[in-house]
Amino acid sequence: MADNVQETPLLDELEKGPWPSFVKEIKMAAKRNPMAVDLLGQLEKSYREKIGYWKHGGIVGVMGYGGGVIGRYSDLSEEFPNVSHFHTMRINQPAGWFYTTDALRSICDIWEKHGSGLTNMHGSTGDIILLGTSTDHLEPVFDELQKIDFDIGGSGSDVRTPSCCCGQARCEWACYDTMGACYDFTMAYQDELHRPAFPYKFKFKFSGCPNDCVASIARSDLSIIGTWRDDIQMDEAAVKEYADNGMDIQKDVVDNCPAKCMAWDGTKLEIDNSYCRRCMHCINVMPKALRPGKDRGATILIGSKAPIVEGAMLSSVLIPFIKMEPPYQEIKDVVERIWDVWCEEGKNRERIGEFIQRVGLGNFLEAIEVEPIPEMVAHPRENPYVFYEEYYEEDDEEEDDES
Amino acid sequence: MAKTVDEVADAMYTMVKDAQGMKKLKPMDLTKAMIEMYGDEVDKKLCKEAIKQLVNSGRCVYTYFGGSFLELPHREGAAND
Ligand code: SF4
Ligand code: SF4
Repeated sequence: MADNVQETPLLDELEKGPWPSFVKEIKMAAKRNPMAVDLLGQLEKSYREKIGYWKHGGIVGVMGYGGGVIGRYSDLSEEFPNVSHFHTMRINQPAGWFYTTDALRSICDIWEKHGSGLTNMHGSTGDIILLGTSTDHLEPVFDELQKIDFDIGGSGSDVRTPSCCCGQARCEWACYDTMGACYDFTMAYQDELHRPAFPYKFKFKFSGCPNDCVASIARSDLSIIGTWRDDIQMDEAAVKEYADNGMDIQKDVVDNCPAKCMAWDGTKLEIDNSYCRRCMHCINVMPKALRPGKDRGATILIGSKAPIVEGAMLSSVLIPFIKMEPPYQEIKDVVERIWDVWCEEGKNRERIGEFIQRVGLGNFLEAIEVEPIPEMVAHPRENPYVFYEEYYEEDDEEEDDES
Repeated sequence: MAKTVDEVADAMYTMVKDAQGMKKLKPMDLTKAMIEMYGDEVDKKLCKEAIKQLVNSGRCVYTYFGGSFLELPHREGAAND
C-alpha cells in the first residue's frame, strides 16, 4: 500500500516542526488503508489548486436517526475513487471522556474494518469523530458500535451530544456531579438528540465550577456551571504558609480579584463574600488555602454560540443558583418550555441566543415563565427589560394624555 | 375525536410528497400544519410519534441542508455511485 502514496510536497510542509501533524497521521494510516492514500492525494491537489473538492451529502444516515452522520462526497471520484464517499460519523463520547483502553481499541477495530481508520478525538462538541466511510458501511458501523454500548451523537437541528468536564471524578473544585448530570440529560433527551425537530442546534455543556473547563459559557446554548452561594472556605494556616513561602498575596491574589472584595494586611486574608463573583481566581492561586463554599449547586446560563450565522455570543445568566440533584426536573421543565417557544417562533438556523436577541429578553422570559431578576443584567441600561423610574413616568404621562 | 398516529403520519406523508422537489419541510412545519388542520384532535406529542413512525418505516428520511428536513427517500444530486 505504501507504494501507492503519491508525492505530497505541500502537505509535507505540515509535518515539519515539533508539534503533532495530521499529515503524519494520515500517512501512517495510508500504509494500511486505501482511503487514507486517496485522501492525501485529494488534499495535496486541493492545496495545489486552492480548491476544496468535497461535496456535502445531506441525506446519508442510519435508519431512524436524523443526526450523527455528516455526508461527504469527493468531486474527483474518478481520480480518487477510494474517497468517492467519505462520510463522517459522530459518536457519543462517554461523560468526561473516560474510556477503558479496551473500549478505545474496539472503536478503532470497527473503524479500521469499515472506514478510513482515521479519527478525531474529539470534535468541538465533544464527540468521537470517525472520519471517512462509505454509505454502505454506515449501518454495519452503527450495529457494531451498539454491540459495545456506543451510540451515534447529534448533528443538524437537534440536541447535540451533551458534554461535561471530569467533575467529581477527578477534580476537587467540582460543585456538582457533572458526569451524572450529563449522562442523565443525554438519556432523557435521546429523542431530541436523534430526531432533529428544532430551528437549529442546541448544546448542553456541564462544567463543575466557574473555571469552566468545557468552555460552556462560550460554546453551549445551555451552560450549567457549578458554583456556591455561601462563603469561600479558608484555611488560615495554609494562607500563612503561602505567604511564608514567598507568595505575594497582595499582588497575585488580592489585586487580581475582579470584585475587589479581598483584603490582606500582611498577616490576615479577608474576603467580603457578599461581593464575591465566584470567579475562582483566588482559589486557583491558593488551592491549599481556599476552597469553594459548602452550599453548592450551579448557575444556568443561556445563549452562547460560535460565530457562524451571526457573531460569537457568550451565555448570560438565566438561573443564578440551583441545587443540582437528580432527576434535575426543575431544569428540564425550563428547558422544555424554552424549546416549545423557540420551536414555535424561531427562524431556520436561528440559535437560541439569537432568538432571544430578536424577540427581546423580557418577552422571552415571559414566554418561558421565568421572572426577570437583577443577576440576568449584563450591562444596566443596555438591557431591554430594565425600566427606570423616569421611563415609567414618561409612559404614564403618555397614557394619561391618550385617555 | 382524537386522530391516530397512523392517520397523522399519512397526512404528513401526503404533505411531504406534494412538496417534494419544491419545498423542504421541517418537522415543525408538519406539526404546525397538523395542528392547523386537525385542531384539538392532535397535539405535539402525537405529531412527534407520527414523524417517528414515518422515519422508522422508511417512508420519509431526515435530510440536512443548512437545517434538518423531512423528505421522501431519493438519490441526492451530490451523491457518487
Ligand atoms: S470546570 Fe472546574 S470542576 Fe470541572 S474540571 Fe475544570 S476546574 Fe474542575
Ligand atoms: S472568587 Fe474571585 S471574586 Fe471571589 S474573592 Fe476570589 S478572586 Fe475575588
